[in-house]
Amino acid sequence: MRISRGEQVANYVILGLFAVFALYPILTIVVAAFGHDEGAPGGPANFVTAWDVGHFATYMRTSLLVSLIVVVVATLLSIMSGYALGAMRFRGSTVLFYLFLLGIMMPAEAIVVPLYFDLRSVGLTDTIWAVVLPQVAQSVAFGTFWLRTYFRSSSRTIVEAARLDGASTWRILWQVLVPLARPAITTLIVLSFMWTWNEFLIPLVMITDEGLRTAPLGLAFFQGQYTQGFTLLAAGAVLVALPVVIAYLFLQRHFIAGMLEGAVRE
Amino acid sequence: MAPSSPPRRRRPGPPGEPRAIAWVYVAPALLVYGAFLLYPLVRSVQISFYDWDGLTLGTWVGFDNYVEVLRDEGLRAAFGHALVLMLFFAVIPLVVGLMLAAILDRAKVHGLGFFRTVVFLPQVVAMVVVAVAWRRIYAPDGTLNSFLQAVGLDGLTRAWLGDYALALPAVGFVGTWFETGLVTVLMLAGMGQIDRGLYEAARLDGAGPVREFFSITLPAVRGEISVALTLTVIAALKTFDLVYVTTKGGPGNQTSVPSYEVYHRAFELGQVGLASAIGVSLTIVIFAISFLITRIVERGEP
Repeated sequence: MRISRGEQVANYVILGLFAVFALYPILTIVVAAFGHDEGAPGGPANFVTAWDVGHFATYMRTSLLVSLIVVVVATLLSIMSGYALGAMRFRGSTVLFYLFLLGIMMPAEAIVVPLYFDLRSVGLTDTIWAVVLPQVAQSVAFGTFWLRTYFRSSSRTIVEAARLDGASTWRILWQVLVPLARPAITTLIVLSFMWTWNEFLIPLVMITDEGLRTAPLGLAFFQGQYTQGFTLLAAGAVLVALPVVIAYLFLQRHFIAGMLEGAVRE
Repeated sequence: MAPSSPPRRRRPGPPGEPRAIAWVYVAPALLVYGAFLLYPLVRSVQISFYDWDGLTLGTWVGFDNYVEVLRDEGLRAAFGHALVLMLFFAVIPLVVGLMLAAILDRAKVHGLGFFRTVVFLPQVVAMVVVAVAWRRIYAPDGTLNSFLQAVGLDGLTRAWLGDYALALPAVGFVGTWFETGLVTVLMLAGMGQIDRGLYEAARLDGAGPVREFFSITLPAVRGEISVALTLTVIAALKTFDLVYVTTKGGPGNQTSVPSYEVYHRAFELGQVGLASAIGVSLTIVIFAISFLITRIVERGEP
């Protein structure tokens, strides 16, 4: 389409302004994180201080452990259930599908109250499992939906050929379908990692022990307690945001596609 | 732990034949999902019919908690605030996103990939971090006030998050910042699929850019609009981290929202039954709204 030079220039101005608007709050934090005030030595050393003094080392370790367990378990379970719902025909599959669909849209606010009291009565609150298991359930809901869609569209002829070769359903899944589904599985992994790493309400309710705080939870409490300036808080915020942002920079296609296509459209 | 041994002989029938083995594959996922999502949901409904402080024995009160959700001034206000947030999280980003995408779609612009990466970035940053950043911007000695002073608008400076009238719009604006990039990227994807020939034909008929937008572009991205609204409206209704970190519902209860009330009532005030009723109501609202959006926007019927 032909457009005037003036419009072309205007386009770049709009692009530029909007990009600055999107980046500005994030840059505020990054710049402040390198600043200097009482308690903060200034420069990259601020991150070391936040890491040690702000206990972010512990918070990040907990978050890493939680994310690792949630991602691994949820991905494995979703691959199996997505396979059953997407590639097999069986009684009850429609009901099961809608049951899992329910979980995608259900807000954590709807379940967190009974979860707390029930997990407390079995002694699981203030353990990593109270944070891990509900999030596995949430990620499994999305993962089942996501991989079911993928397995439904995957080639029937390949599956049939493998079956005629005498491959079991288990071998068809892991040796035929999963290698083909690598992109869809990668998307599932990055999304469940992001959701788990960034989750706030569930750890806030389940964890009172300071040693078990996840990174976002640690940051929120650090903000409440540390009032001697903004620098260390900003350094901590950068640390908390960094793992997902790095993953995003390398795998942004998966983030964008997953978040836009994963929206329930049925 | 192979659930099925390799079959000795070929089974008859197509690959999609009914199989009981499917249940073996679904079972582990269903077990975790059932125990940690479905069961708590059922329990939430159950608890919502009780007056319970979380410590002593609860008493059955029927639908009283739901009546309370409708009657209680604070809770009605919280749902009203959620409506205001929808304006900031969904409506404004949709309008701005549509305009930005329409402008950018008209011309081949270099660096669109980089632009997409940048404007989508807020979506992946933890909301707690976003809240810390915006608290800084809104602080009495923060960047927004410094900016206002620099351009001579000293009269407008204030503690934004402590202002009775402006705290809620201030929180809402964070949502606008957060969601506009997502909507723009979504609209750009939708508009990229429109047949260019349609525009050429419209030009020959003498249509200007505005006519083009309303008669070609807008109807073509209906599906994307529906997805965008669903995502952003749900995000508005689920705003918890942002409110918890920036204002804790204050000043007064000017920025309290339903998801914050769930937490506040259950874990700070000990109104566990009422909190469950709020959570269940919120879920019903979310389901109803996303159902309506899909119906109205995508199929054009109420």
